[in-house]
Amino acid sequence: MNHPLPPETSPVPLAPGERLPKAKREKLSPESIAKIKEIAAKFPDRLAGTLPALYIAQREFGFLSLGAMKEVAAALDVPEGHVFGVATFYTMFRKSPVGRYHFEVCTNLSCALNGAAELLQKVVEKTGARVGEGPTADGMWSVEEVECLASCGSGPCIQVNHGVFDEFVDEAKLEAIIDACRRGETAAWGE
Amino acid sequence: MAAIRTKPDHQSYTFPGFGSDRFPNLMLRGAGDLHNWHLKTYQERWEGYEGMRKALKMEPSAVIAEVKASDIRGRGGAGFRAGLKWSFMPKDTPEKKFTRYLVCNGDEGEPGTFKDRAILEYNPHQLIEGMIIGGWAMQCRTGFIYLRGEFAWLIDKLEAAIQEARDAGYLGKDILGTGWDFDILTYRGAGAYICGEETALLNSLEGRRGEPRVKPPFPASVGAFGQPTTVNNVETLAAVAPILRMGGNEYAKLGTPGNTGTRIYGVSGHVKRPGLYELPLGLPLEFLMNDLAGGSSTGAKIKGVIPGGSSAPIFTEKDFDCPLDFDTVRARGSMAGSGGLIVMDERTCMVQACLRLVKFYAHESCGQCTPCREGCNWMEMILHRMEHGQGRPGDLDLLASLPPRINMRTLCPLGDAACGPVESMIAKFRDEFEYHLTHKTCVPGTRSILPAAHAGAH
Repeated sequence: MNHPLPPETSPVPLAPGERLPKAKREKLSPESIAKIKEIAAKFPDRLAGTLPALYIAQREFGFLSLGAMKEVAAALDVPEGHVFGVATFYTMFRKSPVGRYHFEVCTNLSCALNGAAELLQKVVEKTGARVGEGPTADGMWSVEEVECLASCGSGPCIQVNHGVFDEFVDEAKLEAIIDACRRGETAAWGE
Repeated sequence: MAAIRTKPDHQSYTFPGFGSDRFPNLMLRGAGDLHNWHLKTYQERWEGYEGMRKALKMEPSAVIAEVKASDIRGRGGAGFRAGLKWSFMPKDTPEKKFTRYLVCNGDEGEPGTFKDRAILEYNPHQLIEGMIIGGWAMQCRTGFIYLRGEFAWLIDKLEAAIQEARDAGYLGKDILGTGWDFDILTYRGAGAYICGEETALLNSLEGRRGEPRVKPPFPASVGAFGQPTTVNNVETLAAVAPILRMGGNEYAKLGTPGNTGTRIYGVSGHVKRPGLYELPLGLPLEFLMNDLAGGSSTGAKIKGVIPGGSSAPIFTEKDFDCPLDFDTVRARGSMAGSGGLIVMDERTCMVQACLRLVKFYAHESCGQCTPCREGCNWMEMILHRMEHGQGRPGDLDLLASLPPRINMRTLCPLGDAACGPVESMIAKFRDEFEYHLTHKTCVPGTRSILPAAHAGAH
């Protein structure tokens, strides 16, 4: 389970253990490029397609490497420096790999008052990932502390892979979430 | 990716008397019911799109006059009168035709605030209706709904609702035979609190870094994509539908003069029934906190309440009788802001609470203006030292000297927002800060709210 590594798309089958040269590894799929162009055309200026395009690239590659950002710049026909600037400004664009299941725990004041600190501790204990330090060795888990998820009245709150959203999380509920991930019932990162 | 939520919701939305004449239900219609968002339900149960039909029969300037008559103030935080804002938009002249845009600010990121989410999740058509009315009043070409990146889980639902409106002929070309074209696009941010500031939001919408712009020019003259733009909060736009349906003067009878209408208050923290409560403006904080939200959940006395989202200075017991409207809260030295109440009981250490809030602002500062970028980090460092028993003599004075040097010295109000909690907490709980300096620990009897990982993490 080496997710999420950038997929290697090669016209010729690769030998076991062989990897493409670095520059050729990150190529956006034609579908993604078409999608990016379609979204950018909806806006008065194609620059506005930068954020949606970065989301598309992040979904395809798992995270935004320098190569992925260059691909986005090429697909939109905007300067590479601009894409780099945007990708590094926003926290939801991952610049390094995350686990197959990426946990985000809100520890801002409202959640903190209702036990977010203990929850974060439990997530760390149960998954073995360290806060903000990338995925575990098996690539399964990563944990991050985030700022307000607009769930203040129903905290503490956890978000898994930016999609699934859980409120009033206690130990039993956390256990259920982690079990669902282990069984593969929760969509993996990027799916 | 993001799925439409299927799980039930545990938050409070209703209370005895909600929906009566005294506590009219204009915004939280059907909140808590996951199937409420469909166009059919909105039209059958909640008089949906009647305001829009009425507005489209009126002259655009008459619609603005109606909103002005309602005297509604922006629900995003600043409390600026929405009708006035709308009237700033330039009108077409024979020499110059404008392309105008309407932007809905759905970058709800202020800690303690979670009202827009309920509208987007349970009542998206009310927002869409409000945007159509606003779009007609200002003769806009396109409406953009800018959502924060974390709202990925409800963007599908919103898109589906917009599609329903398109299919019904409320969006698209020649809406209801008026010859006016209008469509709504959604845009997803990527986790930057600063994008809630209107010019930063416009930069982000244009696909740039979310850094606030220098004002003037104001968005009404140079906004999104260089064109005249109005930016309104989700709740403000959603309130426009009932205003048109009821009539502006009727709406203005709700609340108090100068602070009209209803607004959604979010109550979080140490209360028995946290959640969203829609109330006419001007009801006392105590009523909301004790009678509706059930008072302290821990049994300990309430020590302080932040009355309007994390940037608002804290209120202590003597201010709990304060009516929650824009003017009175401001006169008492805080701000009504976004209407999010954070309630803290006696066992909360104020140094920790202050550190947690300042950490947020230090993290979310965009880095453009030096006072905010450096000042927030300084405040965080000093508070971190104090909290972890490394406080130095003079730290408290140093900390207190920082807010005046940040306040009003930045392009946008993020720096000012960070100063609110620091200044007020030092002023009202100075003894706790001093205790931290002398005893290197929290006041006995308090309960830590910070993750253990914080120690040594910086």
